[in-house]
Parts: sequence; structure tokens; C-alpha cells
Amino acid sequence: MRGWFAVYLRELLILRKKIFRQMASMAVGPLLYLVAFGLGMGEGVHVGDRSYLEFLIPGLVAMSSMTQSFAIASEINIARFYWRIFEEFQAAPIRNIAYVTGEVLAGVTRALLSVLIILVIGLLSGISLCYSPGFWLIVILNSFVFASLAVCLAMLVKSHADQALLTNFFITPMAFLGGTFFPVERMPSWVQSILNLLPLTHAAKAIRSSAFGLRFESFSCLLLGLLGFILFVLAFLSVNRAKE
Amino acid sequence: MIRIENLTKHYKKLQALRGINLHVREGELFAYLGPNGSGKTTTIKILTGLARSTSGDAYLHGFHIEKETLKAKRQCGLVSQTINLDHELTVYENLDIHGRLFHMPSRERKARIGELLEYVEIHDRRDSPVKQLSGGMKRRVMVARALMHMPRILFLDEPTVGLDPTIRRRIWSLIKKIQQNGSTIFLTTHYIEEAEFLAQRVAFLDEGQVVAVDQPQHLMSQFGAWALDEIANGEMETTYFKSREEANRYIQAQEGGFALRRVNLEDVFLSLTGKRVQPT
Repeated sequence: MRGWFAVYLRELLILRKKIFRQMASMAVGPLLYLVAFGLGMGEGVHVGDRSYLEFLIPGLVAMSSMTQSFAIASEINIARFYWRIFEEFQAAPIRNIAYVTGEVLAGVTRALLSVLIILVIGLLSGISLCYSPGFWLIVILNSFVFASLAVCLAMLVKSHADQALLTNFFITPMAFLGGTFFPVERMPSWVQSILNLLPLTHAAKAIRSSAFGLRFESFSCLLLGLLGFILFVLAFLSVNRAKE
Repeated sequence: MIRIENLTKHYKKLQALRGINLHVREGELFAYLGPNGSGKTTTIKILTGLARSTSGDAYLHGFHIEKETLKAKRQCGLVSQTINLDHELTVYENLDIHGRLFHMPSRERKARIGELLEYVEIHDRRDSPVKQLSGGMKRRVMVARALMHMPRILFLDEPTVGLDPTIRRRIWSLIKKIQQNGSTIFLTTHYIEEAEFLAQRVAFLDEGQVVAVDQPQHLMSQFGAWALDEIANGEMETTYFKSREEANRYIQAQEGGFALRRVNLEDVFLSLTGKRVQPT
């Protein structure tokens, strides 16, 4: 595992160089959704006994932790195809697992930063929910799943354009359909069955439940943990493919 | 120091390396010459762990590159053909990350960075982002980075490609200085004069095979000392002479344009393969 910190530190240094730009970009999406869906729809809209804004914030947390952790794929691709930094890691005496760990943790860090931004925006909008250790555990698990997926795909794609295609086909639909903006339970049962296959549906459900101070969704948590483990192993196995 | 035995590499239908055998001695500056696509970079990629061989063995300071990968990687530093520095990071940060990747302790890293930036004469740009440096400075930072963990072997893959002649000569002096400090250097280049000036021995590579290995002077002396290029029947022909006087006598009997020059490694490669190392 030696060397993971160097990989992680490099990503942190790059993040630090453009921290204000990055934070602004992380805030734009949630702000737009809050204005369009939260304020635009008015306070009259309720989901169960919660206002729509209260319903939306945990959904945005789930979505943002997914998109921001997955965005590590773009950083890897820029390093791999544009700056050729990947060669530097490959020539170093570190194991593939150290490389994957460093990149996945960098993805998780980005995700946590974006979640903090959403929570601050939520607080400024007058929304204060229950941010318990259970809430943070699920956020971290969700970020871990998508950061591992990002590293795996970043190792398999042949160009930056391929990566953008994967984002358009998998991440964007999931962001809208994974229980972020509406309760999945309102959909027809066959659609629910499909949506329940998406990790984001489980993440949104579990994050929302914790944020509302309801029961801890241990099944969703377990599922995310298992999926995260599988994707991490796949990411590790993909590194050798990228060498050629 | 570097031992390569029957090394092959296939990319689907393309045979990039066809059984390379080489032995580079400790402290030697060894040049690996060949035209573009001959397999130079593929050899370096395999030796430095960036690619896997299809068959064969290679050892760096006694460590097998695939069976003892991490130990073998610790023995070598690599200066790639393309500039692969982190442009967003400073010179210091680039070297520091490299030191961490090679598990150097903090104090040692700091001291080594200071020492190397003096060595490559770039200490005044320590905190500059790499994107603000000129091409020559970036190359020097790459050399410093490759030397950071004190490797026994330094791989230089076309280290002066795209640089102007003044900067190229500056890099040559740096390479000489590194070799004089005891490092073994494996240099690929298609600049013939670079190999002639720097290398103690050269290997010629053509279509994935080594066609000759020897000292530059030995290889060139087989042809004489002087070469006369002239155009005959629309083709360039070269005639070789043992001395300048002999060449001058020949010239007096000729008409038309010609160019008299010293024999170089290009002549050797041309005679061995019928091709030029540098694209004309």
C-alpha cells in the first residue's frame, strides 16, 4: 500500500490550486436545482410531511456525492491522456492497489467537499436536517462506490471522449432517476423495480432517511458497501489494462 | 547493469521487438539508435515497467523486471520522450510527489530537491508552476525528477527532441555530468550527433532487431574518416575515404555539386539497413 498518499496528495494539490473555481462549480448545480425545483415550485409542494426543499436537500447530497466522486475520472483522464502523468505512477515502485486507493480517496474527498457546500446552501435556505454519523457513513459509501467506478472506467477508456460518453449514458440518467428529485415510490411498480437496481436510489433513500432522523437503512448501506468493494477490486484489476 | 535476453513484444499483428539481446555495463553511457517506430521507446517502456514484454527476460542491476518489479523499478529513473510533468504544480511539488512515490523520507526529500535544483541550474524557479517554464527548463526538471531517488540507471528517451540547438547542448552537458557521477545511462535518440558526442557504445535498432552494437569510433572507422555526398542519376550517393587528401584528389576529378564531411553513425546505419536514422 506504500505510495497511496503521494497519489492522493497530488490530487489534493491540484484541487487546492483551483479550489475557488471548483467550489463555485460544485455550488452552481445544487443552487440551480434549489431555485428551479425548490423555490420555483413554491412552499406549497410537500412530499409526505416534509416541504419539497427538505426533501430535495438529501437528494442533492446523494446526487452531488455521486457526480463529484465520479468526476475523479476526468482528472485521471487528463493526467493520463493529456499530461501523461500516469506514466510517472506506473514507473514508480508502488502497487496498483496504492494507486487505486489514492485516486478513490481523492474522489471521496471531492464528494465530501461538494456535500458540505450543499449543506451550507441548505442552511442558508433555512433547512437544517439531522447530519448524524449514519448520514456521513452513507455519503462516504456512496462516494466510494462512484469513485471506484470512476477509476475502473478511467483505466478502461481509450480517450477522454469515451469517458464523457459513459457519463452521459450512466451518470446523468441516474442523477435524475435515482430518487433525487422525486420519491421513487410514486412511480409504477415496474419502474420502481428497475430504479431499485440503481445504487443512487439506495443512497438517496438511506441519506434521506438519516437526514430526517428516521431509521438507519442498513440494507442499503450493506448493498453500497458490497458494490463499493466489488468496484474497488475491478478498478484494481483494470490498472494493468491501462498500461498497454 | 542492464541485461536483456530475447526480449519480444507483439501488439496484435505488429511485432515491435523481435528478440533483443543487450548488455549495458555499469557506469556506461549507452545509446540506442533507430528510426521512428524501430522499437526504441517500446524497449524503454518494458524496462521501466510501463509495458509488459511478450516473451524474454530483462534485469536491472540483477532484478528481473517482471518477477521483482518493485525492486527493479527502484533502480531506474526515466525521462520520457513527452513532457509528463504536472503543469498545475510547482517544480518543487513535482519533485516532492516523485520522492514520495519512491518512499523517500521527508528530510531526505527536501535536501535532495535543493541539491538537484542547483545541479540542473533551476533553483530560482523552485516555486514556479511548471506551466510557466520554457521547454528546456521543463526538460531539466524532468531530469531532476528522474534523479530524485538516486537511481543507478537513468533511461533517457529522446531527451532533447524538439529543443533548439543551444538548449540541446546544455542538456548534453548535464547528461555527461550525470554519467561522470557514476550513473549508467541508457539513451534513445534519433539525433546521430547526440549519440556520437555522448555515447561510449551504441546499438542500432531496426524493425525491432538489434543490427549492430559497438563503440561509435569502431563502427565508423570501418568506412574511413571522410564521406563525400553527391547526387548521381537523381539519387544521393556517398563515397568514403580514409583521409582528407584522398577525398580532395577524388573531388578534383569530379564535376557538379557535392558535400565533403566526416563519416558519422548515420553512414553506419545506412549501410546496415539501407535506411536513415533521421527522417530526411
